[in-house]
Amino acid sequence: MTDLLLEMKDIRIEGRSDRQWKPIIKGVDLTLNRGEILGLIGESGAGKSTLGLAAMGYTKGGCRISGGSIRFDGQDLVGASDEALRRLRGARVAYVAQSAAAAFNPAYKLIDQYCEAPVKHGVMSRDEAQSDAVELYRKIRLPNPEGIGFRYPHQVSGGQLQRAMTAMAMACRPDLIIFDEPTTALDVTTQIEVLSAIRDIVREYNTAAIYITHDLAVVAQMADKIKVLLRGEEVEEAPAREMLSNPKQDYTKSLWAVRDFRRAPPAARQADEGPLLEIQNMSAGYGAVDILKGINLNIARGSTVAIVGESGSGKSTMARVVMGLLPPSSGTLRYDGSPLPKSGKERPRDLQRHIQMIHQMADTALNPKHRIKDVIGRPLEFFLGLKGRAKDARIKELLTLIELDPDEFFYRIPSELSGGQKQRVCIARALAAEPDFIICDEVTSALDQLVAEGILRLLDRLQREMDLTYMFITHDIATVRSIADEVVVMQNGVIVEQGPKDAMFSPPHVPYTELLLSSVPEMDPNWLTQLLKERGDAATQEPQQ
Amino acid sequence: MHNLSHHLRDAPISAWIGIIIVVFYAVLAIGAPLLAPFAESASVGKQYHPWTAPHYLGTDALGRDVLSRLIYGARNTVGIALVTTALAFLLGATFGLLAATIGGWFDAIISRVVDVMMAIPPLIFALLILTITGTSVIALILVIAVLDSTRVFRLSRAVAQGILTMDYIEVARMRGEGMFWLIRKEVLPNAAAPLIAEFGLRFCFVFLFISALSFLGLGIQPPTADWGGMVRESAKLISFANFATFQTATFGLAPLLPAGAIALLTIGVNLIVDWVLHMSSGLKE
Repeated sequence: MTDLLLEMKDIRIEGRSDRQWKPIIKGVDLTLNRGEILGLIGESGAGKSTLGLAAMGYTKGGCRISGGSIRFDGQDLVGASDEALRRLRGARVAYVAQSAAAAFNPAYKLIDQYCEAPVKHGVMSRDEAQSDAVELYRKIRLPNPEGIGFRYPHQVSGGQLQRAMTAMAMACRPDLIIFDEPTTALDVTTQIEVLSAIRDIVREYNTAAIYITHDLAVVAQMADKIKVLLRGEEVEEAPAREMLSNPKQDYTKSLWAVRDFRRAPPAARQADEGPLLEIQNMSAGYGAVDILKGINLNIARGSTVAIVGESGSGKSTMARVVMGLLPPSSGTLRYDGSPLPKSGKERPRDLQRHIQMIHQMADTALNPKHRIKDVIGRPLEFFLGLKGRAKDARIKELLTLIELDPDEFFYRIPSELSGGQKQRVCIARALAAEPDFIICDEVTSALDQLVAEGILRLLDRLQREMDLTYMFITHDIATVRSIADEVVVMQNGVIVEQGPKDAMFSPPHVPYTELLLSSVPEMDPNWLTQLLKERGDAATQEPQQ
Repeated sequence: MHNLSHHLRDAPISAWIGIIIVVFYAVLAIGAPLLAPFAESASVGKQYHPWTAPHYLGTDALGRDVLSRLIYGARNTVGIALVTTALAFLLGATFGLLAATIGGWFDAIISRVVDVMMAIPPLIFALLILTITGTSVIALILVIAVLDSTRVFRLSRAVAQGILTMDYIEVARMRGEGMFWLIRKEVLPNAAAPLIAEFGLRFCFVFLFISALSFLGLGIQPPTADWGGMVRESAKLISFANFATFQTATFGLAPLLPAGAIALLTIGVNLIVDWVLHMSSGLKE
């Protein structure tokens, strides 16, 4: 178990931009024994994927390895010929990409793509590879292992595709597999299945793995040891349990602390106030098919209501109905006691001002050609009639409010901002209209945990200062725990459960909520094993009952 | 402005060659009366004068100075092409952006009209209409502008449709912005780069189209100098070319002069267009 498989020493990788080489990885050491799983974590841009790919002696286009050595099973990869690397890749080192849907070739059946590597490397004949594929599909718990290989990638679900990709990586029984965020794009309930499948198969064949992720709870389930990266440098490395219970560096501690943010409950309010937004028996959809069916929801003034559910459950459609972008097919909406016209065009400007929305992708929600002062200035001009110096002063106030330096950001364009800063500008744009009610549509899901926490804290502070009401759409249970007062769980366009946060997070639950809550990874390294055991027990007990 | 100078500093050599060519033509076109040694359409010497002083590029069949006619030709051909392209863009981009933004029946009607116009080969269509309207410069500009605006319409509609799916458009719609604001402030700045690149290409096509029409006798009418017409007038001289001496060989070169002027400008404009396209595609290297 202890023989050395991969050894990287003082590895340095540079990327080319603006006509000069800039360092991406600044001298990182990495060792990996046979059968060991290393978790590689860090924010986006920390160099996780670049380092992971370097373990195959590979760099992405426009990058180069500028220093250090990579020894894989005694063979030096840095100076190796393309031919030598080709023999290695796919056969002894394999790679599982983040988005299986994008990584599979849509024109070939899964099994054809599976057989490609073993046949090419001369490990097996086509027939052997095919029967081997069925064997591995069974081991990785794909439904219908004999038949699924003969489907095309678009005919299977995202979670199944990710497992098929893992099976494909195992085809030549490699010594090392690099998993690059394999579950990031999946729902929590699907994530569990993929995680347990990956973990079991890797253990069975005693394959070493580098598991790249930004989700600490996921890495806690998978890894034997954890390495934390920050801006191309190693922060620290330690065995998984030690790292989770006792991180040494401040940066690692701050990563760990993110999940502890809890919002203080809002101040008690007068009981005679009616709800700010009332949705009664509302159905809506595109064309003849209703996506939302019979939604009843009241949102109290000054509260945060979290709408939770998997993708496709109708969360975002609900936001579009409230914003007036999608007129509901039946039912009524009331805002502040008076009826809300169905279409946004029929709503008076002052009513539109009161309801604002913040989008998930700040990248596409900001016009790339508008300066920050124009982005924030337009609602001021449009709704409040501010002009000239009064407008500029207010823009600067708003920038200060969202914790960005007004002098620095006033004239910038969106491409000169980081993801978190862009989302802050979107918040400022919504605030510029001086709204009462803000819909936050997955505002933190495209952001790293540390940045996301900053946004959540900002939203919380603004709510207190400005008496805002939030409808917070998310699929991340950790976010719900930190910010919500009330929770609404949706599945297939129907509300399956709703109530105050404390009640929702304590049993009993309806089955779907139970599944959703129990699927959220926890930091405890034993969590996945325990959960699978419990579910296994429940499954075997059921027939007896 | 600062942005433009910044881009110019980073421009590759090919773009600079293009810029120099286009500026050279622009100077010729604007300063034609000052630069040309003789009048545009006066007979100033014997016919088919060889390439010697004072007629450095010889004279044509009517004894007109070829160099002067080339310089005036720049003004006529390029000027008319520029006005035509601008008009085609005004028409095409306006309707394209409107069709994409309004959508529905408006888009359907305009698009079908454009489809019908595009279904007829443009040269035949232009010949047909110019035969009816007569060959005044105004008619020429209008006919070619309308024909070319269909291509601009297609492009600007497609570009705008892509932009209109972005979230920032949804944000503006939720704010209740009017259509004019949406087009002018949200869509147009983002559509500008591909449209500018298309302007360069379209200019070349219009320019060649006018030359082709002139060659067929339906373009710019004599005695006004224009390069397409000059190619036609001197084309038959090729058969008299005798490469024994330089003086007699110039007969063979006579039709190549206006043709070369057309080719060089086309190349120059395309070099600039390539550069603009490259920038608008967002590639760094």
